[in-house]
Amino acid sequence: MDNKRLVVTSTPHTRSTETVESIMRHVLIALAPAAVMSVYYFGLRALLLIVLTVASCVAFELGFEKIAGKPVTILDGSAVVTGVLLAFNLPASSPFWMPVVGSLFAIVVAKMLFGGLGQNFINPALAGRAFLMAAYTPKMAGSWTAPVRNPFSIDAVASSTPLILMKEEGFVPAAQDILNAFVGNTAGCIGETCAIALILGGIYLLWKKVITWHIPFAYIATVYALSTILGRYGIMTGDGLFEILSGGVMLGAIFMATDYTTSPVTDTGKLVMGIGCGTLTVLIRNYGGYPEGVSYSILILNLFVPLLDKYLRPRVFGKDLPKKGEAAK
Amino acid sequence: MTVPVLSFPNGIHPPGEKDRTSKMEIKKISPKPGSIMVFPVSQHIGAPCEPLVEAGERVLIGQKIGDSPKPVSAPIHSSVSGTVKEIKDALTPKGNLCKSVFIENDGLEEGIKPRDQAPDSAIPAREETLRRIREAGVVGLGGAGFPTHIKLNPPPGKKIDTIIVNAAECEPYLTTDHRVMLEDSDRLVTGLEVILSLFPEAQGIIGIETNKPDAIEKMSSAIKGKSRIKVVGLVPKYPQGSEKQLMYACTKREVPSGGLPADIGCLVDNVDTVVAIARAVMLERPLIRRIVTLTGGCIARAGNYEVRLGMKISELIDAIGGFSEEPYKIISGGPMMGTSMYDLDVPIIKTSSAILCFTEKEGKLPPERPCLRCGKCVDHCPMHLMPLELNYHAINHDEDQFIKNSGLDCLECGSCSFTCPAKRHLAQSIRAMRKDLMSRGKRA
Repeated sequence: MDNKRLVVTSTPHTRSTETVESIMRHVLIALAPAAVMSVYYFGLRALLLIVLTVASCVAFELGFEKIAGKPVTILDGSAVVTGVLLAFNLPASSPFWMPVVGSLFAIVVAKMLFGGLGQNFINPALAGRAFLMAAYTPKMAGSWTAPVRNPFSIDAVASSTPLILMKEEGFVPAAQDILNAFVGNTAGCIGETCAIALILGGIYLLWKKVITWHIPFAYIATVYALSTILGRYGIMTGDGLFEILSGGVMLGAIFMATDYTTSPVTDTGKLVMGIGCGTLTVLIRNYGGYPEGVSYSILILNLFVPLLDKYLRPRVFGKDLPKKGEAAK
Repeated sequence: MTVPVLSFPNGIHPPGEKDRTSKMEIKKISPKPGSIMVFPVSQHIGAPCEPLVEAGERVLIGQKIGDSPKPVSAPIHSSVSGTVKEIKDALTPKGNLCKSVFIENDGLEEGIKPRDQAPDSAIPAREETLRRIREAGVVGLGGAGFPTHIKLNPPPGKKIDTIIVNAAECEPYLTTDHRVMLEDSDRLVTGLEVILSLFPEAQGIIGIETNKPDAIEKMSSAIKGKSRIKVVGLVPKYPQGSEKQLMYACTKREVPSGGLPADIGCLVDNVDTVVAIARAVMLERPLIRRIVTLTGGCIARAGNYEVRLGMKISELIDAIGGFSEEPYKIISGGPMMGTSMYDLDVPIIKTSSAILCFTEKEGKLPPERPCLRCGKCVDHCPMHLMPLELNYHAINHDEDQFIKNSGLDCLECGSCSFTCPAKRHLAQSIRAMRKDLMSRGKRA
């Protein structure tokens, strides 16, 4: 018997079938309903923006790795996910150079300069969005368009988002507005308006065990509770349901705050992350200068992740036992 | 049959892969006359034995061929009759060299005891029971190999109230405990009664994963009328059979870090060990055989086999029909914690629970990639550690941080590596660091 060819490795000798690629594939599948709805509401322009952002993200990652002499990682799918998420954060009226500039910042500055996948300290897509917000404020936050509900249209009609109306004009949502926010028939970034599509994606991610319930639940529940209590027009005047369905809460809570690299690894840390994001979102919306606070609240909490991971650890089995005397009886 | 179903937090669900052998009855494999049997003098935790025989000497089945005066040790017996050829260092399945007694089997099957001896009808007194267990060389057969007579004689002051028979068999592929429960249930109960006789106030629990409903049924009927023994179901999950996790599942007590099962009033023995105790005490038979699952994609005739200790693995594989294709990887033990071997010219020893012969598809590990920080290793760690951080500390040789973050409490169960989507060698790096620290006397 020829024994010389036996392979020897350390344990365990078997591994789960889950890979980086399979996780990114699940995230893309989960994002698909919202992508379809973005095209339904905002027309072909939305599709063009998504394709352009994804292509730019992948191209910048490839280009950076070629120039830096690093192994090429574009096939892991993470750049595609970043591209879709960044596109979802753009208004339909964005000029076509904006996704390219946003992708450059997201991929090269926020992700690759810090070491690539797993090493970045803030969510790349949100970093790209924040950069565009700061650099091109009128184009990002001043040119909202109403849904056209014609996939073949490339026209756009100016409109304000409900959050802007609430902030500036004392708008009080009616039942019809809540329904519109639920199905996505409202002005906003192309991927954030359709709450039901994003929730479906979230359920898919929970089912595939890509994410756990902690961050989305804590985030959405905090926004619901806090915006109801700290109502825009006085204590207990808020409409929590409308607040969680409006703006970027669903997209942020399900897809952005749950980004592995920039969220805590422990369950308690995740709960605190969700509560922190939810609290900041409501504070910015109600008292801050911006109508919407999802992206900044997640970016700020991203910075706290190392701290949360340091202090919110699970109790090690067999250590710090609650009642020392009782265990041995 | 309804039994309570218990579990522990975290852990993983690897594919069971047990269907191929779980229905196959245990078959006896005898070594061929003329074959060389190898008996390493250290098959247990504790002091190695000194050989009691010399080259040229004739030995009989069951004859003691190695022993040690040290308390924590267990004697070694010949499993064949034949002639001692030589005593020299030989490779063991664990990959180390160990002084070993080489015996040529003469095929005469002559034993030091008559074959058809009737079992004792009563369990002897405590001292005699422990003596017989020691003389039979019984050690923990689940893999640890701790001498059983020491385990069953805890220091005074430790009050034992729960004896757990570990029948979880949570490692994929392994089916020996399952088969022993079906085929030798009465002897298993006898073995547990022997242990209970040493601890008059203890309750006996047989914990079986619910993926073995036939075993739960069989054991439940085998314990009918025995008020001190109960059967409990366990959620099929890895590492349900880990001592700490099993005790937690059965009693909700946590062994303190660095402590022993006796600290929380428990003792755990696996199925094969309890059967060996029954044979040692009621029949005064030494431990010279064990049940081994041979399976994997390269094994022509997978099954559960009763094998004499000392038989070479290469001979054993030939005896059951050889390979169906060239093996890629061969593992002694289960796929989660077993040792991969580079040479099959090694003997079956007391702690060999399985031989897995993997094809490339079954055994090839994917390349390691950067950590995503997904936290799945944290979610699944049965000790509630943070393997991703311990991995960094191990790679960076940061001993202080490794110890501070409870790296020494790791079970090395491999749940983290199994679940990691980036396929990082988490358990491997943590084990290396632990071994290094423990070799210098650091303990959890």
